[in-house]
Amino acid sequence: MERMTTTATTKYEVVVGLEVHVQIKTQSKMFCGCSSAYFDAEPNSHVCPVCMGMPGMLPVINRRAVEATVLTGLALGCTIPPRSKFDRKNYPYPDLMKGYQISQYDQPLCLGGGLQVEADLGARFIRLERIHLEEDTARLLHREEAHGEGYSLLDVNRSGVPLMEIVSQPDIRSAAEAGVYLRMLRQTLRYIEVSDADMEKGSFRCDANVSLRPVGQEEYGTKVEVKNMNSFRAVQRAIETEIDRQTAILHAGGRIEQETRGYIDATGETASQRSKEQAHDYRYFPEPDLPPIAIAAEHVEALRATLPELPDARRARLEAQYSLAFADAHLLTETRTEAEAFEEAAVLVNVGITDAAAQQARTRAVAHWVIGDVARLRRAEGGGERDWSEIALTPSHIAELVTLTESGTITGTTAKEVLDIVFATGQSPVAIVAERGLGQVRDDAEIDRVASEVIAANPKAVSDYQGGKPSAIQFLVGQVMRQLRGRADANTAAEALRRHLDG
Amino acid sequence: MNGVADFRARELLDLTAHEQAAALRAGEVTARGLAEASIARVRAQEPVLNAYITLMDDEALAMADAADERLRAGNAAPLAGIPIGVKDLLSTRGVKTTAASNMLRDFTPIVDCTVVTKLREAGAVFIGKTNLDEFAMGSSTEHSKFGVTHNPWDLDRVPGGSSGGSAATVAAGGVPLSLGTDTGGSIRQPAACCGIVGLKPTYGRVSRFGVIAFASSLEQVGPFARDAEDAALLLSAIAGLDPLDSTTAPVPVPDYAAMLGRGLDGLRVGVPREFFVDGMEPGVREAVERAIDVFAANGAIIDRDVSLPSVAAALPVYYIIAPSEASANLARYDGVKYGYHADADTMWEEMELTRGQGFGDEVKRRIMLGTYALSTGYYDAYYLKAQKVRTVIRREFAAAFASHDLLLTPTAPTVAFRLGEKVGDPVAMYLNDLCTIPANISGNPAVSIPCGFSEGMPVGLQLVGGMFEEGTLFRAADAYGAVAGWKAQRPPIYGERGR
Repeated sequence: MERMTTTATTKYEVVVGLEVHVQIKTQSKMFCGCSSAYFDAEPNSHVCPVCMGMPGMLPVINRRAVEATVLTGLALGCTIPPRSKFDRKNYPYPDLMKGYQISQYDQPLCLGGGLQVEADLGARFIRLERIHLEEDTARLLHREEAHGEGYSLLDVNRSGVPLMEIVSQPDIRSAAEAGVYLRMLRQTLRYIEVSDADMEKGSFRCDANVSLRPVGQEEYGTKVEVKNMNSFRAVQRAIETEIDRQTAILHAGGRIEQETRGYIDATGETASQRSKEQAHDYRYFPEPDLPPIAIAAEHVEALRATLPELPDARRARLEAQYSLAFADAHLLTETRTEAEAFEEAAVLVNVGITDAAAQQARTRAVAHWVIGDVARLRRAEGGGERDWSEIALTPSHIAELVTLTESGTITGTTAKEVLDIVFATGQSPVAIVAERGLGQVRDDAEIDRVASEVIAANPKAVSDYQGGKPSAIQFLVGQVMRQLRGRADANTAAEALRRHLDG
Repeated sequence: MNGVADFRARELLDLTAHEQAAALRAGEVTARGLAEASIARVRAQEPVLNAYITLMDDEALAMADAADERLRAGNAAPLAGIPIGVKDLLSTRGVKTTAASNMLRDFTPIVDCTVVTKLREAGAVFIGKTNLDEFAMGSSTEHSKFGVTHNPWDLDRVPGGSSGGSAATVAAGGVPLSLGTDTGGSIRQPAACCGIVGLKPTYGRVSRFGVIAFASSLEQVGPFARDAEDAALLLSAIAGLDPLDSTTAPVPVPDYAAMLGRGLDGLRVGVPREFFVDGMEPGVREAVERAIDVFAANGAIIDRDVSLPSVAAALPVYYIIAPSEASANLARYDGVKYGYHADADTMWEEMELTRGQGFGDEVKRRIMLGTYALSTGYYDAYYLKAQKVRTVIRREFAAAFASHDLLLTPTAPTVAFRLGEKVGDPVAMYLNDLCTIPANISGNPAVSIPCGFSEGMPVGLQLVGGMFEEGTLFRAADAYGAVAGWKAQRPPIYGERGR
């Protein structure tokens, strides 16, 4: 998607702001003691009079949720005002148990900050407006009987789950940039372990405000809020669709109506949900059941001290410290567990190694395993990507594998085979090699014997080679390796074959 | 129960709670005997008073038996075995809690409010759930789904409100103690109307957890009693920090009993002129002036040069803030989860019909007022401005208490009015709370105590204290009561007598 879009007479600039709702990973809900682990739970099993909005019930602030929000703000460069408060956002809907949502209006926990992103328009800084804390609503499940009558089921488990809303400034200029911004945001949230930030599970939700304005104009155009996207791809597609729709309207000389539109995944289109006239007046006012929150500067600094190294900083350090390429360091820092696994293996693999060049070779070997075959295996089974915490393979297994290869105990081919076994069984590479006799064949007589057998069994290839096709030797090398189940060095095998054929 | 014991229990029922507590410990009566006497008297009075929405005979007797066991074991709290009436705005587990509303007429909470939990632990005996104005919105107990409550002094008059049932049953001798809630005077004004003691604690002194919310930033639960000592006893049992209510204050609860018997000598009493309004009934003014003389004669230092100029704005401030909070607090009653439900074709129609039929007129009036005041375009002019004035009023009170121990005012400009007299004129009804509302706006504790009669009806004297200075209020109320001789004052409907 281009930054500009053109109608008959005017060039338009794309203006996008994103509102991201993130469920905070806490033991209990935002304002009561119920477990917030509602996903996959029996409906209405994580409820109490407070989160059901029974008469007379009062909220009590979950300290951990406040801290997680402040931590997120610190990770995103926000300032943390010394005073914050909760407000009531009033609107009637059956999924809102009290008829109002406890949220934050004019004094959010975090202000400002932003993310440096790099997409189709180059490196740009997307400013944040704010991050505020609120409670999630219950879940409505709409059902239809066979004869067509519809009804709704209410699951209150989600009611009161801590939710932070991260609001960007309208600084995003393309759908691709929105995608990069969201991925980076998710990455940061996962690094600081405040949320699973999983769009499919609903712990990371995004609404987009999209508008166009003539290039060079300061004032923003009329914005349209687009909702109902449940994947990163859907967000990008919805923004693209909306840009196209608005461009077409402006092209035809029409005016953009301020409204809320819903994205329809099946068609990739958006449909109007609510016009400006139907918009709620939320009648915000300070929540009288909760005193304002005072956050001492020392408390903020104590939280800042718990911040882990963030993705960008870690990538830069990995590049420098381990002499890695940008692309490799980028991949290695995609998740915190990936980076941690890499660094742990990189330390283990170099224990007792003093030669700098050898260290670098071993470190790079570790990197290539982690971002290559290991990543492939983590993705392979079951569709989704399994985290390091969910697999049998450990960083010390990788270090062992590299040590076995570097020392010539096993060949590269064998190493891949061993990795598969480690992945499946959790057995250590050393044990697998010993148990299955996978050590490299160093006995030249053995290789020589197999070479003559292969020559005898493949007269066609032999005559090709001798008839002036030197590349035919590759086939014969392959046959030798196969006979030896990859446990020989390919160069040694080629030498043995040549001795027979050329000699 | 044999005849003699029955008579003795009835006689003891006429005593105060602390006297009953002593009799229970002396073995003169059992908690069960006292409970039976209370139930019998309440049941005899109900046809003419209608002070209760739900009577809890079975629970009361079970609680009394449990209290007797603890009394025998010698580990009973001061309130063990004492009959108490509970305003039907306070959640009682397993016992219907209606807020006097059609919306909640069949609602049974699954948890107790903190105050009720504390009283259960103290061994108190709940006789029943008392009548009130729907959702505590009113000053006469006429806005109840369950009928009006009558004033024991004159059955043609209101008992005040909203905690009218709690006030009437204590005044009539059904129970020595009861609980009310006070958002704009709902404890003090009925206490004045019924000639008893009623105290609104400092905001944050008593937990609101489980109290059906009307206006969260204004209301407190407090005691009705026939003397200061009893009120102190009940407040001691319910006050304190509650982890379930973040607006309770981490201020230790002092020994209120230690404040009693200290007399009025040396108390600096301010009499702010703004509370003596033009429309004030002459008999009320005279009674209050006589009380001021009693205070002065007993050593109090009276300062009549006290002014809280912004108090005049307290009533309009209240009628912005209270309805605003109410409009949100009552939004949960949509017929989906619990309470009254009206059937209709669509979800939105059902919600509208449920609320239309579930709420009474006064409640709807306040929801609309609040919704309007909070709306875009009106928020700054109404809600925000009201909050600013509230801050000014708070400061004026704080300034007054820098040089005074108490402020003395009438509780209401008139004695109890006649049934139906103001029900059609909301503003006239609202004006009756002119003197009580300021303490809700500022958060200060305030008590109404009887100070004589006008037109044959009791007059209330209001004492306002510094923040968390309930002890000073008890001291003054106790000392004044000893001089004024409250015990002799009993309404015609007292004991088992009917109309």
